[in-house]
Amino acid sequence: MNTVEMRNINKSFFGTRVLKDVNFSVRPGEVHALAGENGAGKSTLMKILQGVYSMDAGEISVAGAPVQIHSFQDAQRHGIGMVFQEFSLIPELTVAQNIFLNREPKNKAHLIADRDSVSRARDVLKSVGIEIDVNSKVSSLSRAYQQLTEIAKAIAADAKILILDEPTASLAKHEVDALFKVLKQLTASGVSIIYISHRMDEIYQICDRITILRDGSLVATESLANISAQEVIAHITGRKDVEMLSHDGRHIDRASVPTLKVENLSSGHRVKDVSFDLYKGEILGFAGLMGSGRTEILRTIFGLDKKSAGKLFLEGREVSIKNPRDAKNSGLAFIPEDRRRQGLVMEHSISANILAANLEKLSHLSFLNFNKIDQYSATAITDFEIRPPEANRQVKLLSGGNQQKVVIAKWVATNPSIILMDEPTVGVDIGTKVEIMKLVRSLAARGNSIILISSELPELLGVCDRILIIKNGEIRDALERHEIRDEDHLQLMVQGINA
Amino acid sequence: MKIKTPTRFDWRASFIYWMFALIFLFFAVLLHNDGFLGPNNLLNIFRQTATISVMAVAMTLVIACAEIDLSIGGVAGLSSVVVAITIRDHGAIAGVCAGIGVGLLVGAANGLLVSRIGIPSFLVTLGMQGVAVGTAALITDYAPIPILNDGFNRIFGSGSIGKFPSVIFWSFSAVLIGWVTLTRTTLGRRILATGGNRDAAEFNGIDTKRIKFTVLLISSTVAAIAGMIYAGRLQTGRYEWGTGDELSAIAAVILGGTSLFGGGGTIIGTLFGALLVGLINNGLILAGLPVSEQQIIRGLIIILAVALAKKK
Repeated sequence: MNTVEMRNINKSFFGTRVLKDVNFSVRPGEVHALAGENGAGKSTLMKILQGVYSMDAGEISVAGAPVQIHSFQDAQRHGIGMVFQEFSLIPELTVAQNIFLNREPKNKAHLIADRDSVSRARDVLKSVGIEIDVNSKVSSLSRAYQQLTEIAKAIAADAKILILDEPTASLAKHEVDALFKVLKQLTASGVSIIYISHRMDEIYQICDRITILRDGSLVATESLANISAQEVIAHITGRKDVEMLSHDGRHIDRASVPTLKVENLSSGHRVKDVSFDLYKGEILGFAGLMGSGRTEILRTIFGLDKKSAGKLFLEGREVSIKNPRDAKNSGLAFIPEDRRRQGLVMEHSISANILAANLEKLSHLSFLNFNKIDQYSATAITDFEIRPPEANRQVKLLSGGNQQKVVIAKWVATNPSIILMDEPTVGVDIGTKVEIMKLVRSLAARGNSIILISSELPELLGVCDRILIIKNGEIRDALERHEIRDEDHLQLMVQGINA
Repeated sequence: MKIKTPTRFDWRASFIYWMFALIFLFFAVLLHNDGFLGPNNLLNIFRQTATISVMAVAMTLVIACAEIDLSIGGVAGLSSVVVAITIRDHGAIAGVCAGIGVGLLVGAANGLLVSRIGIPSFLVTLGMQGVAVGTAALITDYAPIPILNDGFNRIFGSGSIGKFPSVIFWSFSAVLIGWVTLTRTTLGRRILATGGNRDAAEFNGIDTKRIKFTVLLISSTVAAIAGMIYAGRLQTGRYEWGTGDELSAIAAVILGGTSLFGGGGTIIGTLFGALLVGLINNGLILAGLPVSEQQIIRGLIIILAVALAKKK
């Protein structure tokens, strides 16, 4: 009997079907990989299982019995535990206190018996092979141990199914090994694990079966012993929208002095000895898995992370960039991944957001020049086709794609020569994605040099002139666009599998 | 897969006790001829800080929940006059009930506005402070209302049990109840969870709105009791009692080592924070400094203490 079984699950958001008759089941004691591109429906399916979303149609049963899951608490009651990416732990409480949060053992006087929870927490940790001092405050633990605490917490609450979403994204190698050891021990005791990951090597190392979703539909459920990594990748990517893929070869003059030269750049353990050149008008793609160090390389160049070694040259001259202010003054712009938190002031209008990055240019002797501000906003709105075209509209009222255009417009107004973009199409619809990619092309055509990070390989293939493969903070390979056959080829390179 | 927790000695954790001992010694040496160490003076320090300690204990719960209550001074004043009027007209027991009623009423209003309507507690309680003080002034026409009930006065402040002033029992009970609540009850754990990471607390099934409502209700009710202690100690109800106490209470909590950002809290630290504020006041008065200089030095000591205790 399956531990959990989801049958004919359907879900639509605003008339768009995001899950179409999906069947998914997990056996006792198995690690079941759930794979698919961003937007394939993985997280929607899991959120239905956790009671965050309600399904439009379908059935869920746990251990053979049909269940209704309407809230996170319902899911917990049926033994479904989630190991949150953004952790559900309280930083100032201890490991033991967190494990028993909101269901603390009590003594006869109805007071919390912390000694009880300490010894019970120790037992739980021991049973799954995790060695953490249960009296340490969670805030003093590394992310890896916080994650293990999350797992222990779910197990202590009698979870029979654990959902792990990209659990290794922020872990170092030895921490991944430790995590896998714990997972093995859990499955041996009958716990089932749903493992969401983009990493083929890990999927083959730890998982028994795999279910692949594409565009909201089930593509395959297979035992990993019967399917090769190449086949899995082919299932995940499928046939792609040809329009997005079409790449027109451009000529980049690499005989001239590079616009940006990065030499032996290192920072922390996520950026190791990175060297590359970026030329005028070039679009350089960074391909790599989440946590591969892609973002950190850009952050270090932009002065957000401190570099431990290395040099930067702009137009052949060495520059010292210690903070984002220096970077901006040197003609760099950074469009961060999390636009809501790092890119925009959501409560402010379009024009106020554009103003924020261009205060010097749009003021005289500290007084704001409102004519100029209006003029700039109007130009940005026309140039970037921001909809609706109202400069005074709060950006939180815009769609994700239009918000992203505001971020880009704001930075382009600073007249940068180099634009760093981290996942500019996250969370925007397909149509806007194409628009943003066209925008990237037109910026490059105007002579801007661009570094583009994207997990969506078709995007990289569609616009980049050259692609660097990033793994473990290092550049593993540098490929001209014409050297890459297709998406599967690039995906294999990213995964480190020989094609 | 072994993890050792760093057990590095962090002197900041016990900062308030060092600070307290240091300033105590400083005054003891400097003012030993002015009767600083006399038993009466030491009892005085406790007596003078009793109302602040009581309110600061409740404020610790509020701040641990990542909220703030600026209305407690006003509530204390309002409670003192309502108690005085009710005692005059209906006797002591009715008076005490009316005082508690004031606290519950204001606390419920604060709590509902913060938790249900979602207005930040800073603004709600800032407004409520004015409403409370204004109401107290309005119903008494700015006049003090004497309290002639000896039983009430003895229990709430002017009396003593053995050698100890009864106000001291109020502050120690507050500390004891507050400490048990914060460290040994599910309410305390839920307050810390709500203040530490509200989303996580919600995911753990904690009704964080209800927790916020509860801490504001407790804070206001405790402030009403502090108002009665003022009324009993001074044998009068007056709208001015408690003015500015919210700031002293917050200073005591922060000096005691509770983070203004919520998620943590130490009641014993708060007690010493309150005593430290009282100690400084007392020492500066004994040293014969004029009020203006007292204010300056007190302000500087508090800023310095918090700056030193701040984690980098």
